[in-house]
Amino acid sequence: MNLKKKHRPGETFIQAFLYFCGIFSIFTTIGIVFEIGKEALLFFGSPGVSLWEFLTGTTWQPQVGEFGVLPLVTSTFITTFFAMLIAIPFGLAIAIYLSEYATIKVKNTIKPILEVLAGIPTVVYGYFALSFMTPILRSIFGADVVDIYNTASAGLVMGILILPLITSMSEDALSAVPRSLREAAVGLGATKLETAVKVVFPAAISGIAAAIIVGISRVVGETMIVALAAGAGPKFTFNPFEGAETMTGHIVRISGGDLSYDSIDYNSLFAIGILLFFITLGLNIISQRIVSRFREVGE
Amino acid sequence: MQLPFIYEINIESTEMTLPQNNSLAIEATNLNIYYGTFRAVKDVSLKIPQNKVTALIGPSGCGKSTLIRSFNRMNELVPGSHLKGEILFRGENIYAQTVDPVEVRRKIGMVFQKPNPFPKSIYENVAWGAKLNGFKSELGYPNMDEWVEQCLRKAALWDEVKDKLDQSGLSLSGGQQQRLCIARTIAIQPEIILMDEPASALDPIATLKIEELMRELVEEYTIIVVTHNMHQAARVSDYTAFLTMDEDRSGVLVEYGQTNQIFTNPRDSRTEGYITGRYG
Repeated sequence: MNLKKKHRPGETFIQAFLYFCGIFSIFTTIGIVFEIGKEALLFFGSPGVSLWEFLTGTTWQPQVGEFGVLPLVTSTFITTFFAMLIAIPFGLAIAIYLSEYATIKVKNTIKPILEVLAGIPTVVYGYFALSFMTPILRSIFGADVVDIYNTASAGLVMGILILPLITSMSEDALSAVPRSLREAAVGLGATKLETAVKVVFPAAISGIAAAIIVGISRVVGETMIVALAAGAGPKFTFNPFEGAETMTGHIVRISGGDLSYDSIDYNSLFAIGILLFFITLGLNIISQRIVSRFREVGE
Repeated sequence: MQLPFIYEINIESTEMTLPQNNSLAIEATNLNIYYGTFRAVKDVSLKIPQNKVTALIGPSGCGKSTLIRSFNRMNELVPGSHLKGEILFRGENIYAQTVDPVEVRRKIGMVFQKPNPFPKSIYENVAWGAKLNGFKSELGYPNMDEWVEQCLRKAALWDEVKDKLDQSGLSLSGGQQQRLCIARTIAIQPEIILMDEPASALDPIATLKIEELMRELVEEYTIIVVTHNMHQAARVSDYTAFLTMDEDRSGVLVEYGQTNQIFTNPRDSRTEGYITGRYG
């Protein structure tokens, strides 16, 4: 028997290739951050611009040199709030139904239908918000109260957009709760509802929290729906029935116009971009923390 | 016949070998349990006496787990399972249309093979089921704290956990977890405690503790235990039922009687074969 080391070129090649793929994704991220950061630094380096004013100013009017990002941030938060208003209760209700109540047959019918929702292009959702959700809001609250373009409508439709995401991630978390815990609860005389709400749901809370946070980052970054339905033009308002541009909506509208490269307007978009990046990065870090912390407790 | 282990022989009671009707905890009559078309338990009739430990033994797949889980209607949680026959508890068929399975499970508690405490604190693990059942200050336990203590004492766990009631139930060792599960079951004040191989995931010391505990608990409760371990059945039980598979792989009851009689003087050759280790 020959125990000498054998040369296996295939192994080496595959290993190198996989290594390259891993490295590549890291470099892509670094490249993007570098590019956004570079332009954003140019913006903050411009005369008359300060980081403090950028973060606390309530007027965004690049033409007159007013760069307060708050109007864009508040409308992003308002749309996110309305999206969560739809996505959290309905998403969790559907997830509990699918994991605790539905028979396999029902589950196998409902899940693909839900996933169709995720496959609809966001531009369609945008017009859905504009031509379906807004008229509904106007007929409920009155046409004089609700503007044609408003953040509530865009938010609610984004809630529908992320419903499949929240549902399927939460359902995975609920289904992963061991059967033995359900049996323990049922064996103590708990009803199905008590078992689902008081035992299974708390045991799956880390996965559910992660689902919600991933949903929030998705909504914060969503562009097309808000660009179409939330209104054009930054406006510092907390009224969800008024039109107000979100961070992403603003970026897409301005960059679609005739904007000269290297102007301060142009660079300001990257400042918004990097803020957006930090918001979603922060959310992702929080979600990872939550998942890992509860995992320790769970095992 | 050489037995592979040592036990005490109680000679006086070889005569009256089956439980009498006036002291029954639960009684199965012509029980047939199916998974789809497969019959897992065939025509089992069994009278379980009050305040005794009754062991169900038999080879793997003989339907003993299915049988014990039918006593508190846990088995119907398995999709496709159904049951024919009767199980009488306090003279009432628990499978009657009018009976609420949730109420049945509050009177007939269950301890499972693998310790399965909730991912909650030790205190909460015990209090949870009691709260669910609408714990009222009764029986000399004016509040939940004292009731939790009482249940943990009865489960022989109090001294080990009294200083860390707010820690997770999962932080305990396997044997402690199983005793916590027993405390949790006691807390709902059941009449019968079903134990489905309660010690099979535990080390010998922890197993011994569980067995001692069973002997203490039987003063107050009726215990039915499924076990793979014949030594355990011989050590802890008053009555033993031996089940095996017939030619259709359905579980049938071969022999039922006082534990001493089953182990010393089995009437059926299959029982003898099993307990002497010739098969199973």
